Amino acid sequence: MSLKLSREAFDDVLKDLGKEYKIYAPIRIKGEGRFSDTDVVRYGEVSGLDEIEIHEKAHFSPKEILFPITQTLFYFTEGEYQEPKYDEKKIIVFLRPCDINGVTRLDQVFLENGEDKDIYYERLREKVKFFMIECIEGFDNCFCVSMDANKTEKYAAAIRFGDDMLVEIKDEALINAFQEKGEFVNFEPTFIQENLVNVKLPDIEQITTETFEDDMWKEYAQRCIACGRCNFVCMTCSCWTMQDIAYDENNSSGERRRAWAGCHVDGFTDMAGGHGFRKNYGDRMRFKTMHKINDFKKRNGYHMCVGCGRCDDVCPEYISFSSCINKVTKLVGEERK
Amino acid sequence: MKNPYLPNKYMILDVQHQTDIDYTFRVACDIAPKNGQFVELSIPKIGEAPISISDFGDGYIDMTIRRVGKVTDYLHNLRPGDHMYLRGPYGNGFPLDHYKGKRLVIAAGGTGLAPVKSIINYFHQHSQEIQGLDLFIGFKSPKDILFMDEIENWMKNERFNVVLTVDKGDECWTGNVGLITQYISQESIGKDENLEVIIVGPPMMMKFTALEFLKKEILENQIWVSFERKMSCGIGKCGHCKIDETYVCLEGPVFNYTKAKKLID
Ligand SMILES: Cc1cc2nc3c(=O)[nH]c(=O)nc-3n(C[C@H](O)[C@H](O)[C@H](O)COP(=O)(O)OP(=O)(O)OC[C@H]3O[C@@H](n4cnc5c(N)ncnc54)[C@H](O)[C@@H]3O)c2cc1C
Ligand code: SF4
Ligand code: SF4
Ligand code: FES
Repeated sequence: MSLKLSREAFDDVLKDLGKEYKIYAPIRIKGEGRFSDTDVVRYGEVSGLDEIEIHEKAHFSPKEILFPITQTLFYFTEGEYQEPKYDEKKIIVFLRPCDINGVTRLDQVFLENGEDKDIYYERLREKVKFFMIECIEGFDNCFCVSMDANKTEKYAAAIRFGDDMLVEIKDEALINAFQEKGEFVNFEPTFIQENLVNVKLPDIEQITTETFEDDMWKEYAQRCIACGRCNFVCMTCSCWTMQDIAYDENNSSGERRRAWAGCHVDGFTDMAGGHGFRKNYGDRMRFKTMHKINDFKKRNGYHMCVGCGRCDDVCPEYISFSSCINKVTKLVGEERK
Repeated sequence: MKNPYLPNKYMILDVQHQTDIDYTFRVACDIAPKNGQFVELSIPKIGEAPISISDFGDGYIDMTIRRVGKVTDYLHNLRPGDHMYLRGPYGNGFPLDHYKGKRLVIAAGGTGLAPVKSIINYFHQHSQEIQGLDLFIGFKSPKDILFMDEIENWMKNERFNVVLTVDKGDECWTGNVGLITQYISQESIGKDENLEVIIVGPPMMMKFTALEFLKKEILENQIWVSFERKMSCGIGKCGHCKIDETYVCLEGPVFNYTKAKKLID
């Protein structure tokens, strides 16, 4: 079912849905951007249409809704393990096709990798409905088309923003909220067909230990400062570290939680006795690159990177991940389709 | 829904001081592991750590734990009757059946002895299931030697050839001095289809010991190693232990050398 709604009517629908759902969307936060006097666009809870920022790419991905920056796994009182209270309220997320495809990658790790399902992820994941923001033009540094991540069918509703709002509703549970708020139209979302940036993907069968040792990584040893921003903005980076904390000095209560971790950041591999791997920053770039466009596919059959380009947007050293992929491809040859 | 991060509480039965910084904990426990598997051990508000199961039997498991940081410091203050929390067992473990009927060679460096100790004890008790066991054990110095009582027992086993060495001796030490590799090179080990080799220890020790065996015409697929990597989950979720498309916590920590040599961190 597809409808055309006025912005006011769409806003009413959101307010109505807000009773049943927490609604997350990209929002603009003034003055908190990378440079002074710039804004940051990141995910937050919204109650109305005007709060949603769609003219700029969200600098941070929506992954934090499913995989919070820090998340309590247990509370400790008197040494007993207590799971946090479960919030029943369902969730709606406004996001673009690349990010919906990114969630598939998170599902792969948290739900499919190994025998156990990550229950904390699963509980959030089950509550989420995707409101897909139609994305026809993309932004600087996007290369979702090359990554085959520009399209998706996995949405509850798809939305074209404009003076009037066009909405395709797939999820029947939403029909009530939208019914009689607009007029029936023929609308299906269009997906971007060409980005400003394109990458050629490597033939992963040709990636060997020699690729790992190639001189191409040396450039990154010089340039990367191991800040990890590329990891934290990435829709598909899913690593985390376990941490226990005590709330007070006498250790009577506290919690166990997990926090985002990044393979570019110092300490990611450190073990007892000062033993660590990939001390060289070039090796870290190689490790991340290989995960995104080589080994994840070897394990799961499709690439991890969805080409959102956020890593390129954020890198303070202007390191381009898309160029890095192209360099690997130049080295080993192009993927055979 | 089952919460895979929720551990169970177990009571400590016994604490043995192996060295100043390595204690062996025996815990009353229904975990029935395979040799070479590990658990995630935790203390509320302190943290969690992956620890090898060094031995096990009916109703108990043993863990030999070196004091290096928060969790392990705390543990070393615990006594019999106190509790710790465990989840697991995790990892693949060694293919014990594959070694049966063969000549087994084990080279262990330092705390690397812990994950293979249960195999040694198994074949110590079931000597007829193996043609022979050559054991090379290396420690930094005499005061770092772990499981001395057991090593002495193994030395008495007729089917065992035990070489114990330290990198650096002291006034009282009359035994072997030098690296494990040096003793392996002296031993009459060579091309033999019926042989399997296990190497466990610090990364550099494993690397050079493997090269030593390869020099002696042992085939790559006859060599087995156990890896240690940083781990936060043990169940394939946190990403810390991943090397290429392999998760050490899931497909390891035990790897055949044909696979291990291709794992580039
Ligand atoms: C499969 C496996 C089996 C192991 N078996 C044993 C064993 O049988 N006996 C034993 O004494 N140790 C073993 N370890 C190492 C043990 O996990 C670490 O020594 C322990 O995590 C340190 O915890 P901590 O809180 O005391 O130290 P922390 O205070 O957390 O840190 C001290 C040092 O340990 C490092 N470290 C922290 N977390 C880990 C981690 N998860 N893995 C490795 N290093 C870490 C830190 O980077 C730091 O350098 C094993 C590790 C692995 C991966
Ligand atoms: S690696 Fe870069 S382009 Fe690929 S998903 Fe992550 S942030 Fe987006
Ligand atoms: S954002 Fe750039 S400098 Fe920072 S870790 Fe990533 S590649 Fe390195
Ligand atoms: S220990 Fe977390 S993925 Fe292996």
